[in-house]
Amino acid sequence: MLTDITLGQYFPGHSFLHKLDPRAKIMATMIFIIAIFFAESLPAYGVVTAFVVLNFVVSRLPLKLIVKSLKPLWIIIVFTMGIHIFTTPGIVLWQYGFISITKEGVYQGSLMTARLVYLIIFSSLLTYTTSPIVLTDGIEHILNPFRRIGVPAHELAMMMTIALRFIPTLLEETDRIMKAQTARGANFTSGSILQRGKNMIPLLVPLFVSAFRRADELATAMEARCYRGGEGRTRMNELSYTYRDGIAMAAIVLVTGILIWMRWFI
Amino acid sequence: MSIQLENVSYTYGVGTPFEKTALRNVTMEISSGDFVGIIGHTGSGKSTLVQMLNGLLHPTMGQVTVNGMDIRQKSKAAMDMRHKVGMVFQYPEYQLFEETVAKDIAFGPRNMGLTEEEIEQRVKEAMEFVHLDYEEYGNRSPFRLSGGQMRRVAIAGVIAIHPEYLILDEPSAGLDPVGREEIFSEVQRWHEEKNITVILVSHNMEDISRLANRLIVLDHSEIILDGEPLEIFAKQQDLLHRAGVSVPPVTEVLQYLQGRGLPVEDRVRTVEEAAASIYAGVRGNTHAH
Repeated sequence: MLTDITLGQYFPGHSFLHKLDPRAKIMATMIFIIAIFFAESLPAYGVVTAFVVLNFVVSRLPLKLIVKSLKPLWIIIVFTMGIHIFTTPGIVLWQYGFISITKEGVYQGSLMTARLVYLIIFSSLLTYTTSPIVLTDGIEHILNPFRRIGVPAHELAMMMTIALRFIPTLLEETDRIMKAQTARGANFTSGSILQRGKNMIPLLVPLFVSAFRRADELATAMEARCYRGGEGRTRMNELSYTYRDGIAMAAIVLVTGILIWMRWFI
Repeated sequence: MSIQLENVSYTYGVGTPFEKTALRNVTMEISSGDFVGIIGHTGSGKSTLVQMLNGLLHPTMGQVTVNGMDIRQKSKAAMDMRHKVGMVFQYPEYQLFEETVAKDIAFGPRNMGLTEEEIEQRVKEAMEFVHLDYEEYGNRSPFRLSGGQMRRVAIAGVIAIHPEYLILDEPSAGLDPVGREEIFSEVQRWHEEKNITVILVSHNMEDISRLANRLIVLDHSEIILDGEPLEIFAKQQDLLHRAGVSVPPVTEVLQYLQGRGLPVEDRVRTVEEAAASIYAGVRGNTHAH
């Protein structure tokens, strides 16, 4: 059923990664994503692998979650692998007509695939260990300095928060309307594509009506509580850095430093 | 003819950290002709229970049979059997979608594959049932009606399927007293005239004590009481309180009077009966002096 879908990717827990400040986590993730591209040699990849594994262990997430995060992107992963294997010139390992696999291709392809997989895993660790609301809060803080050049940081964050807040509500609503129409004999699961599209009308019309109604009610409720944008707004839960964030940032800087050193000074 | 639940359990979100058992090992039978009231505080499993009765949810464990047919099956016969159990959800007016009232009510009968004449016949009958004039309202947009009228259109949409069993989940929520009275008196009339089995989920004890001949009380995913409503109200106040529900106001008043030494009969359904009971009690008391 629809309500079985967990919102976002958040997997509740109390690990070191879960307790980090979202700002630190977002920035660390961005730095590491860039740092991954510094890695070119096998030893450098060893460092990246070790760091990703370390983070995974510290996060105390089940391994199947990580596998799940890679699943939707397997086509891209296979495609990357294929492009490199078949198009890199070098020592031919295997040939059939104009198709050939080269040693360099396999090497290059494996590294590129590893890079991609690490990127996905690392950013998944961020979304798995940070609840969407906290994540939005962090994004707002990071965007704040850019307000001067016209980035509506608060408004963006507020929109994201509201959208996130209403995803479960609308899913629940969808589930309910679907059940109500199913009880009246509607069929959402079989028939041709055209027929199925037509069958969605009894679901979509009430869903849109209710979404607009909710939006309207929410706007009124916010105005009734004197909401008028982010200017001068304080918050109930202030974000604050702890020693953990210091450790995390130090680790990221250290790893990035090592990768830069391996790239240009060895 | 009955709906039977055998050792039924239901768990939401199996295998996720949000796993939650909504129903635990429920065995019961709802016989044809019953008027069953189901109560329990929020989150006790009422909604989950009623959604199993017509196969909207399939039990994680156990079996649900309607008139002897296992409704988990995908066969045509099992699907048809599910149509014999009509379900009116909470706030059913949010399921309306058609351009006109008549078309919306016709949605169910049309899905059953009836002929146009039969459909029109059923729409008219269903609208009559909910006291909406076919000529006046049939061609109106359901979105331009008042809340109470929308609710009635939605109920008519379920009635038009001609269910043998009618499940109503808080049908009076958000209605004014007049609208509530109308809906319940119609449901009761249908129950009596057409021998429809009614399953009423409600928070309102008064409605249940007035209408139902059987009461099921749910608490923490289990059935804790099942029996004649007046009997339960008279004898099981402790269990009811523990389940987070209270006896109807009339019963409460009469039980208070009993506690203060006035010999009144507390097994009454309506305010009128309560008044008669108090009158008799007071008279009996003065005679005794």
